Amino acid sequence: MNETTGGVEMDEEVSGVVKKFLYVNRKAPYGTIYALESLEVVLIAAAFDQDVSLVFMDDGVYQLAKGQHTKSINVKNFSPTYRALEGYDIEKLYVEKESMDARGLTAADLIVPVTMLSTAEMADLMESQDVVLSF
Amino acid sequence: MKFGIMVNEGPYTHEASDTAYLFAKAALEKGHQIHRIFFYHDGVNNSTKLTEPPQDDRNIVARWTKLAADYKIDLVVCVAAALRRGIRDENLAEGFRISGLGQLIESGIQADRLVVFGD
Amino acid sequence: MLHTVNKSPFERNSLERCLDYAKKGSAILLIEDGVYGALKGTAVTEKVKKAMKNVTIYALYPDIEARGMQDRAIDGIKLVDYSGFVDLVAEHRNVQSWV
Repeated sequence: MNETTGGVEMDEEVSGVVKKFLYVNRKAPYGTIYALESLEVVLIAAAFDQDVSLVFMDDGVYQLAKGQHTKSINVKNFSPTYRALEGYDIEKLYVEKESMDARGLTAADLIVPVTMLSTAEMADLMESQDVVLSF
Repeated sequence: MKFGIMVNEGPYTHEASDTAYLFAKAALEKGHQIHRIFFYHDGVNNSTKLTEPPQDDRNIVARWTKLAADYKIDLVVCVAAALRRGIRDENLAEGFRISGLGQLIESGIQADRLVVFGD
Repeated sequence: MLHTVNKSPFERNSLERCLDYAKKGSAILLIEDGVYGALKGTAVTEKVKKAMKNVTIYALYPDIEARGMQDRAIDGIKLVDYSGFVDLVAEHRNVQSWV
């Protein structure tokens, strides 16, 4: 079994199709596991050569905050992984400007370069997707 | 039409797995196909055969097993999420199988629609 | 596009954000605790009614009934069962679950 793809063979039936996958992250890290397990899905998704975009909005923007130190809560700090996404050819990271403004954050507070979009632009992006996975 | 379904919450605590089940059943009764039902996050707890609900309550796990048998549905439990939560082949209910996250992505590719049921 | 909302609007911002995102002509289905957003005489009723000018709002009747809210749905909100839920997913090319 191929561990990376969960036993899915990259046969022609699968590899011929390229769909637009959107991963919507609306939850903060650590308080619940959703952010971490969402990231695990994205890392696997990279092996499938699909058109992947990630959206961070609402408390999801906190996932990208700089300066996370988790030693004292005894949980793995997974924020450096967002910086590794580029190496997996996952380069479309979008952050909702309104969510950032509401939380007093700017692009300089984030650990990775992102594209900042307004709510209306985000809505267009979402509408154009084939598969939307929300966490 | 071919549907993929993702279940992200455990049974009983959250209504998500009930909604997912009733959605899947309705789809099948209307003649649609279910490509796969993928269990993730605490959703993996839908697959333990150790569950024993009170007699007057629905048996969520047994209900999935029956759905899988009646309609030959592929019920896949994410291996990483399952191991984290103590779900293994030894306590896996009939009709479920443990596999990787690639099964979810494949379902997104193969199915006409992928519907997420979560918190 | 179909949007589903499963949170009470009095507990989380899911419905509010969904209304921000739902484009003209799209559909919103309220399920689980999301059905509390489909009711008359609440603090969010006017907001929902306003949104109904641009989007079609549905609510899952079994969830409304389970909560004893069957006589309170806003006029014009379409009540569906699970079969109707399946139809909505089939009719729209993609689905966003506001979990």
